[in-house]
Amino acid sequence: MSTPNKVVKSSARPGRSLAILALILISLGATSLITDATSVRLGLDLRGGTSVTLQPRASTAGNQVTSEAIDQAVEIIRQRVNSLGVAESEVTAQGSGTNRQIVISVPGENGRRVVDLVGQTAELRFRQVLASGFGIPASADTSTVATPVAGVSEAVNQAFANLNCTSAESLQGTGSDDPASPITACSKDGGTKYILAPAEVLGRQISKASAGIDTQAGSAWSVSLTFNNEGTSAFGQLTARVTSLPEPTNQVAIVLDGIVQSSPRITEAIPSGTAQITGSFTQIEAQDLANVLKYGALPLAFDRGEVQQVSPTLGSEQLDAGLLAGALGLILVTIYSFFYYRGLGIVVTGSLAVAALMIYLLVVVLGEAIGFTLTLAGIAGIIVAVGITADSFVVYFERIRDEIREGRSLRSAVESGWVKARHTILVADAVSIIAAALLYFFAVGSVQGFAFTLGLTTLVDLLVVYIFTKPLMTFMAKLKFFNLGHRFSGVSDKSSGVSRPTASVEA
Amino acid sequence: MSSIKGLGGRLYTGETSFNIVGNAKRWYVVSALFTLLSIGALALQGLHLGIEFKGGSAYTFTSTTATVEEARTAVEGAGISSELIVQKVGDTKIRVQTGSLTNAQSDAVESVIVSTFGVSAESIDTQIIGPSWGKEITKKALYGLIAFLIVIMLFLAMAFEPKMAIAAIIAVVHDVFITVGIYALVGFDVTPATVIGFLTILGYSLYDTVVVFDKVRENTRSITSTSKQTYTQATNLAVNQTLVRSINTSVIALIPVGSILFVGAGLLGAGTLKDLSLALFIGMIVGAYSSIFIAPPVLAQLREKEPAMIALAKRVQARGSAVVNASAPTSASSQVATATMADRRGPRNQPKRKGRK
Repeated sequence: MSTPNKVVKSSARPGRSLAILALILISLGATSLITDATSVRLGLDLRGGTSVTLQPRASTAGNQVTSEAIDQAVEIIRQRVNSLGVAESEVTAQGSGTNRQIVISVPGENGRRVVDLVGQTAELRFRQVLASGFGIPASADTSTVATPVAGVSEAVNQAFANLNCTSAESLQGTGSDDPASPITACSKDGGTKYILAPAEVLGRQISKASAGIDTQAGSAWSVSLTFNNEGTSAFGQLTARVTSLPEPTNQVAIVLDGIVQSSPRITEAIPSGTAQITGSFTQIEAQDLANVLKYGALPLAFDRGEVQQVSPTLGSEQLDAGLLAGALGLILVTIYSFFYYRGLGIVVTGSLAVAALMIYLLVVVLGEAIGFTLTLAGIAGIIVAVGITADSFVVYFERIRDEIREGRSLRSAVESGWVKARHTILVADAVSIIAAALLYFFAVGSVQGFAFTLGLTTLVDLLVVYIFTKPLMTFMAKLKFFNLGHRFSGVSDKSSGVSRPTASVEA
Repeated sequence: MSSIKGLGGRLYTGETSFNIVGNAKRWYVVSALFTLLSIGALALQGLHLGIEFKGGSAYTFTSTTATVEEARTAVEGAGISSELIVQKVGDTKIRVQTGSLTNAQSDAVESVIVSTFGVSAESIDTQIIGPSWGKEITKKALYGLIAFLIVIMLFLAMAFEPKMAIAAIIAVVHDVFITVGIYALVGFDVTPATVIGFLTILGYSLYDTVVVFDKVRENTRSITSTSKQTYTQATNLAVNQTLVRSINTSVIALIPVGSILFVGAGLLGAGTLKDLSLALFIGMIVGAYSSIFIAPPVLAQLREKEPAMIALAKRVQARGSAVVNASAPTSASSQVATATMADRRGPRNQPKRKGRK
């Protein structure tokens, strides 16, 4: 018993480590209170909602998918989604560089509308106005004379007469406006309906658009736009033709997704390729219009990669199932560790509880800080990581037993076993973190959620083992129950399989 | 239980020792059989890919009265019959799965469900996957796999030894191969959740192997300066010493995965939880096996080819033939070779009291 029983010097200051742990937990809790993050942000698969993944592709052979184009696309789609007023909608780009997808998430049951809207990637078009009227069906409208407009088919005239711009459907946009034929359309606010001529200028013929204050006409907001060569001649011809026509045929409608964004009156022929739209714009209206003009020229089209609609019922079912699986897993692991490690089960349970608390706080805080949402795959990642976390304890406990087998006292074994277990735990957790990081960077969607929580939990595991489990063991080693090798302590000679002459308990 | 605990102690001292590394050929044969079976299953049956990979749509709705036949008739009535699969999920849900549809076809399916079974469009759980999307996911998973193997190999080569990295990667490839093979054989659906499972197995299997190798490294640190053990014997001792841990870890890791599987398959019927946990459950068992029976023997074989190790083996042989030879690597006769190393380690200098365990 003499030689191997020297105490290994290591940072055996349990008090300090536990104080650091308390500090971390308190500051996490405080952060969540300060930032008002009180609950976990749940993913759509747990609370119901619709998500769409859009895969960008070049709309014509000549142009390419660029990083800027994707950024712009995200911006315009975000605007479109926000304009619908659905709270907590999200538009994000996932992936890196030009190999990104755009993911649109809309919670609740409003998802379908949004999907239908943003799925359309119609081009911005300029069309001459042939007729206009109040945005209500002809039968309810006594002020507009339902005279058929010449030059367009009976069907279009009929559709125009029946068009009700006050209904939600007609404001969703059709996305199917054929540029070569006349169409009927509503204004964005639903107040006006139009019959529009075939498109003459296209969005991609705009090279620049911006909103600014028109100094000449007082301080009113206006939108300036510049056309490219092709656009300059097309817009020049259009304006020259319509400027002398009677109302409303001297207007040119700017149409996006089958919705008239604006229908400025053409006051003069504009052959120069730069035009200004004035009117009683507010700043926001002017900027929106400029954005529409700019983004309408976006050289990207999108394929719908994935559409997922989860009803709130299924969402809550999945959440319950995830929580149940997690609770069941934790309880069973706890039972097993008490069964096998007896008194040390307290350490396992305590450490798992601390880890669980820390992960909960982190998920809450990260939800507020970086918009992290917990998905079903994320919950699975956490549950799987319970195994990794518990394994750190197994490695450590087995090391302690090894040291006891070498003839050390418990107090000494806790320290020297830690030095050896530390390396194993570090390398093993590093492998796990590398796996999580690579999964995160290479994967999309649900895989990312899984990788994120797996990595996060592994990091928390490292922290907990260092500043909770180890100090707790140092502390427990001083207790008689463990130190004297009580047979329920989990570190008795019998548990470790040591036969030593000096062991007293069972002698 | 206490007998297992006692076993832990005996395994540690070498008092009891399973000749795992020495019987490498036996495990290789077992694994080769499984691998062949996997290749056969993959070639003949192939993987049952979910719509996430091949493109398609799935609609799940809740109706207590609807039957599978009714749903099938209704959807076929809407003109959709390609790759149509209609299943009952749980007690009250019907899942309709189709091939790739146009937007109009998709709307038609939804409206026929709404009109036939009186559910609202919002309550239908819908999943629509474009045909090119699956290729994208597959490509990313493959890139991830390759990057993972390279990075891990470099990391392990730095943290341990290059040959340990090779042995660990062989074990990992073995695990994924057999797990995928089992999937092909049984015909489970492969979804992105399954792929997550496969990728996680990589991490788990390596994690297990790392712990064993850590002990191997400790046992063989200055092995050539003595002539007590060959590399194979030292490796075998390490495997035995970490055996209890390996078993405990596997049990503890399988418990939560098993509970996800139970809840996912039992309560939800289908979906992310079930697919993920099924892949994990199979993979973890295979991974635990390979970290004990494949990775250490492969490592020992690789290292035994080194001149220094050959010389060591000769010295040990000369010494060993004078003493006992029960644990020589070539003795495939007994699973349990006893008491050959006990005189060198642990509370070694003290007399054993067999009666006390």
